[in-house]
Amino acid sequence: MKAFARLYSELDATTSSNAKLAAMQAYFAEAAPQDAAWAVYFLSGGRPRQLVPVRVLRDMAVKISGLSEWLFEESYQAVGDLAETISLILPESPHSSDDGLALWLEEKLLPLRGETPEVLGERLPALWAQLDRASLMLCIKLITGSFRVGVSKLLVTRALAAMAGLDSKRVAQRLVGYTDLSHRPTAERYLQLIAPESSDEHAQRGGQPYPFFLAHALSAPVEQFETLLGPVSDWQVEWKWDGIRAQVVKREGRLWVWSRGEELVTERFPELQALLHSLPDGTVIDGEIVVWKDPSAITEDAFDAQQPAPPSVQPFALLQQRIGRKTLGKKILEDVPVVVLGYDLLEWQGEDWRSRPQAERRARLEQLISDCRSPVLLPSPVLEGQDWVDLARQREASRSLGVEGMMLKARDSLYGVGRTKDMGVWWKWKVEPFSVDAVLIYAQRGHGRRASLYSDYTFAVWDGPPDSSERNLVPFAKAYSGLTDEEMRKVDSIVRKTTVEKFGPVSSVKPTLVFELGFEGIALSKRHKSGIAVRFPRMLRWRQDKPVDEADSLATLQDLLG
Amino acid sequence: MDLVIARPEGLYCPPGDFYIDPWRPVARSVITHAHGDHARTGNQHYLAAAPGEGILRSRLGSDINLQTLAYGERLKHQGVTLSFHPAGHVLGSAQVRLEYQGEVWVASGDYKVEPDGTCAPFEPVRCHTFITESTFGLPIYRWQPQAEIFAEINQWWRGNIEVGKASVLFCYSFGKAQRILHGIDPSLGPILVHGAVEPLNRVYRKAGIALPPTLYAGDFNKNDPLLRQALILAPPSAGGSTWMRRFGDYSDAFASGWMRLRGTRRRRGVDRGFVLSDHADWPGLLWAIEQTGAERVMVTHGSVAVLVRHLREQGLDAQGFSTEYGDDEEESPMPEVTA
Repeated sequence: MKAFARLYSELDATTSSNAKLAAMQAYFAEAAPQDAAWAVYFLSGGRPRQLVPVRVLRDMAVKISGLSEWLFEESYQAVGDLAETISLILPESPHSSDDGLALWLEEKLLPLRGETPEVLGERLPALWAQLDRASLMLCIKLITGSFRVGVSKLLVTRALAAMAGLDSKRVAQRLVGYTDLSHRPTAERYLQLIAPESSDEHAQRGGQPYPFFLAHALSAPVEQFETLLGPVSDWQVEWKWDGIRAQVVKREGRLWVWSRGEELVTERFPELQALLHSLPDGTVIDGEIVVWKDPSAITEDAFDAQQPAPPSVQPFALLQQRIGRKTLGKKILEDVPVVVLGYDLLEWQGEDWRSRPQAERRARLEQLISDCRSPVLLPSPVLEGQDWVDLARQREASRSLGVEGMMLKARDSLYGVGRTKDMGVWWKWKVEPFSVDAVLIYAQRGHGRRASLYSDYTFAVWDGPPDSSERNLVPFAKAYSGLTDEEMRKVDSIVRKTTVEKFGPVSSVKPTLVFELGFEGIALSKRHKSGIAVRFPRMLRWRQDKPVDEADSLATLQDLLG
Repeated sequence: MDLVIARPEGLYCPPGDFYIDPWRPVARSVITHAHGDHARTGNQHYLAAAPGEGILRSRLGSDINLQTLAYGERLKHQGVTLSFHPAGHVLGSAQVRLEYQGEVWVASGDYKVEPDGTCAPFEPVRCHTFITESTFGLPIYRWQPQAEIFAEINQWWRGNIEVGKASVLFCYSFGKAQRILHGIDPSLGPILVHGAVEPLNRVYRKAGIALPPTLYAGDFNKNDPLLRQALILAPPSAGGSTWMRRFGDYSDAFASGWMRLRGTRRRRGVDRGFVLSDHADWPGLLWAIEQTGAERVMVTHGSVAVLVRHLREQGLDAQGFSTEYGDDEEESPMPEVTA
């Protein structure tokens, strides 16, 4: 625990990638394999579900420190990080446990899950008393699942590769699925990550997916496409689906489904098990899981990619409802059925196809889907356009079709790893976001680097037209991103001067600030006061030119709902 | 009767007709210590503790009209008995004790309760009303013993020498710099100081405080091999300036109580943060207040609202005093962010 806490402080204290790389290499060189296994898990973004409710942690901290609740709250507001706050107010332990990370997790922390507050009240103080301050902070971050430190998965991959003398692409391949919750990190799995390359590496993979190839955003005007991208005929164009990116892996008579977050999601989509019998062993398909409007209405034509059926996906919000369910009843499977829209073939007949050109992979994929004749596997249609302008025109239908824009894939592109560009490139050509002018009405201080700055805002629109005698501002979205540091400082100082009331950490402010808010999707919602929920809201622009009275109203949002 | 009230010019003693650390020019001023937000120019008459004379004159001008008293020495002025008592903050820092018709008030200025060897240690003074600062008035601020911090600084310095890097430690030039010089291990290597630090070193040495020999950083050229062994003390304002170029590849650090928080440490953008403050931490503030036996506590600059509420919960009569102290760079965690 101590060694990992030291690594955490080192990574946290520097912004230099080289220094981070060196710190990780030094750690891995020293760490016992079972501890390193967990370190890789956390550093590459793995998060066990919360072990102890935050409420219980707070209560315990208040009790042990003997502080009043409000004083704890003031401290938390100044620090901006719960784990750090608790580590600062608890009495510093004279002992410091030498037990390793794996032992702490497996024997001390993971068993806390599901325990009653009474049991936790007995165990937590005893555990905390074994840790020095840095380890205590880390321990609480692990308990709450809020461990985050500025290293990318790529950097972790490089550190392991450098230490083990391996190609980092090989390590990336082995790391896929490592953070999935269904199997714990073990010394054995860690040793496999760094083992020398073996000739039968492929055969060992079981349900392992490939690292996803990711697209880059394309924001140039369409007039420049010819210059930037060359003729349209060099490109394979598809809709950009608003679903869950996934790989369907069929090997050894079993079928696995992996999400883009490298989480095993097989059990959440039981209808995809139908593919178990129709896909041959040694097949890996990359595609998008979407809610399909009416699978029974799909005609034979749908299997013919040359005559694509019109997309009839349902909004992402519906898929989200399904993901949130713990158990999938019959009704929800009937009401919210999913299909895979296949767009790439990564493995065929047990052979890695990623270094074959896009066009060849696509042709093979279409044949495969056609032979397979499954109602849950459809091709993501290829779009045809005479030129870029023609495609731009077709792209305008994106919103009404329920897609986010288009994907452009070079026909000769290989299937790369992550956001690489050296093996070919994929572009996402998204439609402009929705936008409304909204009023800032609540502000809250941020976390981490933004601790003590008012950086998290709630926005509202009017519930009536400008001429109505009595209209109110109705909150509908929260946004944290989109402002420069300089703008944020200015907003922070205005918030401090115009605060009307404080509700705990939240300040209500006099409505004076208008922002253009952008978002990707909009849907009806019973959970929000405004009756509307938006996806990925962020600030596009501070409208210093616009008075509060001229901000948009609920009617504008309702129009966007269509 | 209130012996001290808040006026637009500063904290004012009505029966004695003088101000304590006024922020606007007045006829009679009593100065607790020589930091810029407490000792300002333009007053007709200054009264301060004798050990602070050298610093005050070097900062405000040698010709100021200054009268001094030794710690504990009493002066009666218009029926008010005034004396200075050590505050343990920086050289010459003092609490001001006022007694009038049996009523005793103490104004602390800034104080620190851990003795550090560069100034007379803090001495609790019994009183009816205590005026306290609250710079670090939250329970998250608790200092480690300074010996541990100096050990950390030595270790960092030694590590840098091993890899041939200069060690640049940012700290405030008056008080903190001398405390660091007094506390670190000078046998590790040469110590260089910025031009803002050296004049204060001279005053400290003259007052009999033991400081290791220091060299003037400006005397060295960029490629001087000695730099790679050296510890360099510089004010935070030197960071990012062209003055830093001479050190080539260096490691930097910052010594301040604010370094206790990860957020402030990261915003500073230095390699290391050492938690070393010249102010009392939360337990220090509460201990000092308790030691005075005061039933009434006036809280100035810092976490005023928090400390007032906490003291009231402890049954004390506490209230906030609005002042203009604390805008010295020393006392604000990140002026450009939290202003």
